[in-house]
Amino acid sequence: MLELEDVHTYYGTSHILQGLSFSVPERKCVALLGRNGAGKTTAIHSIAGLTPPRRGSIRFMEREIAGLRPHKIARLGVGLVPQGRRIFPSLTVEENLIITNRQSPDGAENWDLTKVYELFPALRERASNMGNELSGGEQQMLAIARALMTNPRFLLMDEPSEGLAPVIIERIGDVVLRLKEAGLSILVVEQNVSLACSVADEILIMNKGRIVWRGSPKELLADEPVQHKYLGV
Amino acid sequence: MDISFLVVQILTGLAYGMLLFMISVGLSVIFGLMGIVNLAHGVFFVVGAYLALSVLDMGANFLVALGVAMLAMALLGVMIERFLLFRSYGNELNQVLLTFGLAFVLADVIKMIWGARLQSLPTPAVLDFSVTLAGITFPTYRLAVVLVGCIVAVVLWYLETRTRTGAIIRAGVDDREMVSALGINITLVFAGVFAFGAALAGMGGVLGGPILGMYPDMGFDILVLSLIVVVLGGLGTWKGAFVGGILVGMVQIFGQAYFPSLSLVIVFLLMAVVLLIRPSGLFGRSHAT
Repeated sequence: MLELEDVHTYYGTSHILQGLSFSVPERKCVALLGRNGAGKTTAIHSIAGLTPPRRGSIRFMEREIAGLRPHKIARLGVGLVPQGRRIFPSLTVEENLIITNRQSPDGAENWDLTKVYELFPALRERASNMGNELSGGEQQMLAIARALMTNPRFLLMDEPSEGLAPVIIERIGDVVLRLKEAGLSILVVEQNVSLACSVADEILIMNKGRIVWRGSPKELLADEPVQHKYLGV
Repeated sequence: MDISFLVVQILTGLAYGMLLFMISVGLSVIFGLMGIVNLAHGVFFVVGAYLALSVLDMGANFLVALGVAMLAMALLGVMIERFLLFRSYGNELNQVLLTFGLAFVLADVIKMIWGARLQSLPTPAVLDFSVTLAGITFPTYRLAVVLVGCIVAVVLWYLETRTRTGAIIRAGVDDREMVSALGINITLVFAGVFAFGAALAGMGGVLGGPILGMYPDMGFDILVLSLIVVVLGGLGTWKGAFVGGILVGMVQIFGQAYFPSLSLVIVFLLMAVVLLIRPSGLFGRSHAT
């Protein structure tokens, strides 16, 4: 579904991604872990086209997308749930959802207002509230719902658990599993190891812009030295 | 103090405020959305007025001249954005140099085409009379300008709050990168906003033609005032431009009537006071969310 090969991305002159390679198979969820500054968000931004890589290849559904503009990548079916949610504060909840509504590229399952409200009933109640009037959990749900409204085939989720209470994190985990069941492929960046291990089929650990460990959730949970070395757990 | 003088001053201030509103709204939304101070924005106002003059000279009526000027300014706006400004995105110094330079060049082009002397547009015949109410004489044309300004405000309110395009523009002011990451072609939104803002500035220029007249360097004078309006009102919202425009218009007109030599100083003082109390302007949002 998504393959990164030897991706190098810079922020100004600092070399953040130093030959990142990994892939996400169709209908699978891959979790990308690592300490702060390992380059996880840059990896997400490189895929979404927000910080285009300087070298290397990013292929999405057999198509080279490195260097395409963000809206083109989004229209191919890549949905972004960004770090910090980035809800539009001066739009209502409903406006946040409808500005991006689009038919899916292959006309498969179509998300619309009714369906995202079914998934997140709390958002329906807040439909006319402004984006900045929501709690952290509601904002996260809105960020996921907003990405779903673009009818993506692939979801990029950047730290969905950040700053949320454990109950809400559990709820987010359930949603991720449900979306995978519904046929989405997902790349989730996380600091929360237990959430990552509960939703992912494969775990990747990044350090200094490269993948330094890969394995199943079980293998990671059993391998305390790796957790300690790369995640500081 | 004579009450009829006062009322006419208020009307004049309101009419002037509406003209400032029309030019400032584009400047404000472009600044809020794209982060660009278009120092050539005043040119749309002036060129619009001169174009209308030429169209009127060909025998067309005022409405046709207004339409032609607005369309032409929309086109000029898109061309400037697409072919020139777009190269300077992300580089503020280049933007300032480019748009300021452009303002000079276009002022000279005006001089070449229409000459350097002060000219003005004739007041449209249907509105060229006064109504006397309760002993006070109102120039109808100014009343009409105020009315048109209010209609523009209502249209902008509708576009901003009731349409998907309006929501996309608001979202763009909040976080334009996120908007494009959700699959919206922000470049197209930029071009559209630029065209619309330029057309409204042109409209202001044409409607202002019979009141203010026009001269080649007028773009600079009007730009200074509209920058004050934008700072006063807050970035990225038509409301700020509307209220800011009326405030600056009133203060200018009353300043000119009572303290002629200080009128611009008073406008700057007003701006300083507002900035002290509300640094992001009257309707501006702080970007700390």
